[in-house]
Amino acid sequence: MRYLPKSDSERKEMLAACGIETAEELYAHLPAEARLNRPLDLAPGISEYEIIDFFKARAAETADGYASFLGAGVYRHYRPVLIDTIVSRGEFLTSYTPYQAEIAQGTLTAIFEFQTMICQLTGMDVANASMYDGSTAVPEAAMMALRVTGRNRVLVSRVVHPEYRQVLTTYAKHQGMPVAEFGYDAETGQIDLKDLERKLDDDTAAVIIQSPNFFGVIENVQAAADLAHRRGALLIFVFAEAVSLGILEPPRDADIVAGELQSFAISPSFGGPYAGIIASKEKFLRQLPGRLVGETLDSNGNRAFCLTLSTREQHIRREKATSNICTNQALIALMATVFMTVYGKAGLRELATQNLSKAHYLSSKVKPRFTGPFFNEFVTTAKSAPEEINQTLLARKIIGGLPLGTHYPELADSLLLCATEMTRRADMDTLAEALK
Amino acid sequence: MIRKVRQHISQNEALLFEETSPGKAGYQLPELDVPSVDPQAALGAPNVRVEIEGFPEVSEVEAIRHFTRLSTWNYAIDLGLYPLGSCTMKYNPRVNEFVARLDGLAWAHPYQPESLSQGALEIIAELESALLEITGMDAITLQPAAGAHGEFTGILLVRAYLESQGNPRKKILVPDSAHGTNPATASMAGYSVQNIKSNAKGMMDVSSLARLLDEDTNNEIAALMVTNPSTLGIFEEDIAKVAEILHAKGAMLYMDGANMNALVGLTRPGDFGVDVMHLNLHKTFSTPHGGGGPGGGPVAVKKHLEPFLPIPRLKRVNEAWTFDYKFPQSIGRVRAFYGNFGVLVRALAYILAHGGNGLKNATIDALMNANYIRRKLEPYYDLPYDSPSMHEVVFSDDRQSKQGVRTGDLAKRLIDYGFHPYTVSFPTIVHGAIMIEPTETESKRELDLFIDAMISIAKEIEKDPKFVLQAPYLTRTSRVDEVTAARRPIVRWRPQRTSSQAAD
Repeated sequence: MRYLPKSDSERKEMLAACGIETAEELYAHLPAEARLNRPLDLAPGISEYEIIDFFKARAAETADGYASFLGAGVYRHYRPVLIDTIVSRGEFLTSYTPYQAEIAQGTLTAIFEFQTMICQLTGMDVANASMYDGSTAVPEAAMMALRVTGRNRVLVSRVVHPEYRQVLTTYAKHQGMPVAEFGYDAETGQIDLKDLERKLDDDTAAVIIQSPNFFGVIENVQAAADLAHRRGALLIFVFAEAVSLGILEPPRDADIVAGELQSFAISPSFGGPYAGIIASKEKFLRQLPGRLVGETLDSNGNRAFCLTLSTREQHIRREKATSNICTNQALIALMATVFMTVYGKAGLRELATQNLSKAHYLSSKVKPRFTGPFFNEFVTTAKSAPEEINQTLLARKIIGGLPLGTHYPELADSLLLCATEMTRRADMDTLAEALK
Repeated sequence: MIRKVRQHISQNEALLFEETSPGKAGYQLPELDVPSVDPQAALGAPNVRVEIEGFPEVSEVEAIRHFTRLSTWNYAIDLGLYPLGSCTMKYNPRVNEFVARLDGLAWAHPYQPESLSQGALEIIAELESALLEITGMDAITLQPAAGAHGEFTGILLVRAYLESQGNPRKKILVPDSAHGTNPATASMAGYSVQNIKSNAKGMMDVSSLARLLDEDTNNEIAALMVTNPSTLGIFEEDIAKVAEILHAKGAMLYMDGANMNALVGLTRPGDFGVDVMHLNLHKTFSTPHGGGGPGGGPVAVKKHLEPFLPIPRLKRVNEAWTFDYKFPQSIGRVRAFYGNFGVLVRALAYILAHGGNGLKNATIDALMNANYIRRKLEPYYDLPYDSPSMHEVVFSDDRQSKQGVRTGDLAKRLIDYGFHPYTVSFPTIVHGAIMIEPTETESKRELDLFIDAMISIAKEIEKDPKFVLQAPYLTRTSRVDEVTAARRPIVRWRPQRTSSQAAD
């Protein structure tokens, strides 16, 4: 087998060195009742060529070559070639978590740059080395708020991504963390500040809002922060469309930011792997979950980096750790780092402006349902069933927007449409025609 | 003598923020085919940021050189043996990277119609069935993003099941040799943790476990979380008995599959009494660690836990795959969408490459490599437990520490010999642990170089322990001061104000 670098004669030699004659003796001590006394019922191994054939056939059975207006937490952005060039380098791809700092300065330096760029982007003081994704970053941020405030309850906006809220519910259930939702304004599509104010109480540890929210609408972060802070709660700001931060005012009034970086040229890849982040104000540094890289010196006085504050983490603190997270999304975070570097200060702004322009072109032809300002996504009300419209679009090799009825029964007549820099004008015209 | 490496040029490189000069860029966007929108007009002035302060501004050439230079400061499997115990750092086949990037798979949106996602769903289904055959379990979810996430999912399943039986119970038992994620997970799932001691063979002590359960008259024990083989590389020979003892009291057996690379094709957790377990696709199934992730942490269960699995679950209806959300007893979602799909693609490619017998042969080579190292190093290093080793072997620094050299120091010297160190000081039940897992993808030549290096270091310590204490000598970075890093944390770059600016 090509992945096993030994000849049979070498195997014999090694077994002899172990003082045994046959390979079976290596596991002769396994108790009889635990032994598998038959071969695994899996097909025989195949060549590289056949493997590629198999996956090409599966890829051909998916929607390759379609234009798409789907966003809803996963965005189609152009992926600069440099990204895969860098992350395909074996030194990054095939290294482990950088515990041995002296031979992991590459990964450590890149993570330090990542943490810095996430801070610059979000307006926060500190950021960790990544979480699994946006959906799991949200409950981790909520648990962090509980630790910081000593309170128990969290309030989450109904226009936070529905699947993020579902994950939050799963995590919250067994931690004595009641989760309550507050509504949105039917006209603007922004959070209902009155509902939020009503539901805030002295046991509320955090208020969680997303901007742009699930409807694509930009929230009034400062107003939400003021309400939360007045009752001693923290504001957790969630983002699912990271490119929006190229143009939007960062959430400086938030205490914790939890986000998803898929937008930074990470393949949609049917839902993952992506990379989540948690960033916060400096004073909450020791309550952050996950890995952190810090700057220090080596014994010769040169700048060096290492994993730090690990007394927060599971391998030291065990059941008292801030989280059980161990493996994170380091390579994906590196993708995002290369993306941010390639686009840089001017590029991210221009990219965001292009997204804004495309979505606003579309909105000139397809009326948004809500009046709040939006970035590259908006909700529209359809004249016939959204599912039917989408069906007719498929014949023209267009995947329409996301029907909202499943998560918002009151919006069963509506679609969430997304346009990015990759969306073509001609396809938007076709879509607008179908929605007429 | 150091045989694997010589020193060579290692280039310096500043941080991106220090290389930045205004006006540089590494991108070019196409001309807009729609009218350009003024952000302030569209969003309202207060919503528009002035700039991203401090963000890098470099050209494409500088960007690629920057990251390439950084990459040369890393050790990697592609450079040689990476014997971190319980981490299973095996070769990452490149065809797996290739297939995961095929357009139809890489650009698949999780919300695109199922009729246009059949290929992706087929991949998930194939992997599910292969992993069930390998583990001997009845049902599986591929949603968890990593091992610890899988543990969390698994313990929530235990909790949901016990709750449905009327009592979620209070405690999770964890052996003293367990990974830190186990107790951390139990605590996140609302359980308290009780540690149990290993016996002289490095295994769980069955009689004291039985006593613990006997004394548990209020049925407080929910489950035992066990890694098998343990982090000592030792198979729990009484595992079936352990399962029986737990089951007799209605408690569950959770298996941490971190060390599954020792078992594939030889024995199946489902056949020795495990109720729920997770796998680490980035260990046993060769998906790249990538400097710390992404991973994949599928959770496999026996029939009685199946109704509680996360939603959605894949099912076959009218000759097509579809996601089913209707499981009223489900614990809910543990992650958005369907997990780290790209990692699943790679894991399936690995299984297809090996096939059933191939996977077993890989396991056997992994066992052989570990035992070969054990035999060769036993004369030089203390072996605290002499039970048979599976895929990894744990020595201690007992002999070397008498000269003042600890496992961590030894590890740093190993770097000079051209190797990544073994796992240091873990498991904690071995004082000064030296935990070595070679995996099956190492040649005899690479193993011999490693063995030579370890022997050579043992001799250096005999002769001149002080010399070893200052290692490494041959790296671009000498020993890193982790203590100061933690004492005065600097976790981001900030612009340095020069003295003239400061005077302004």
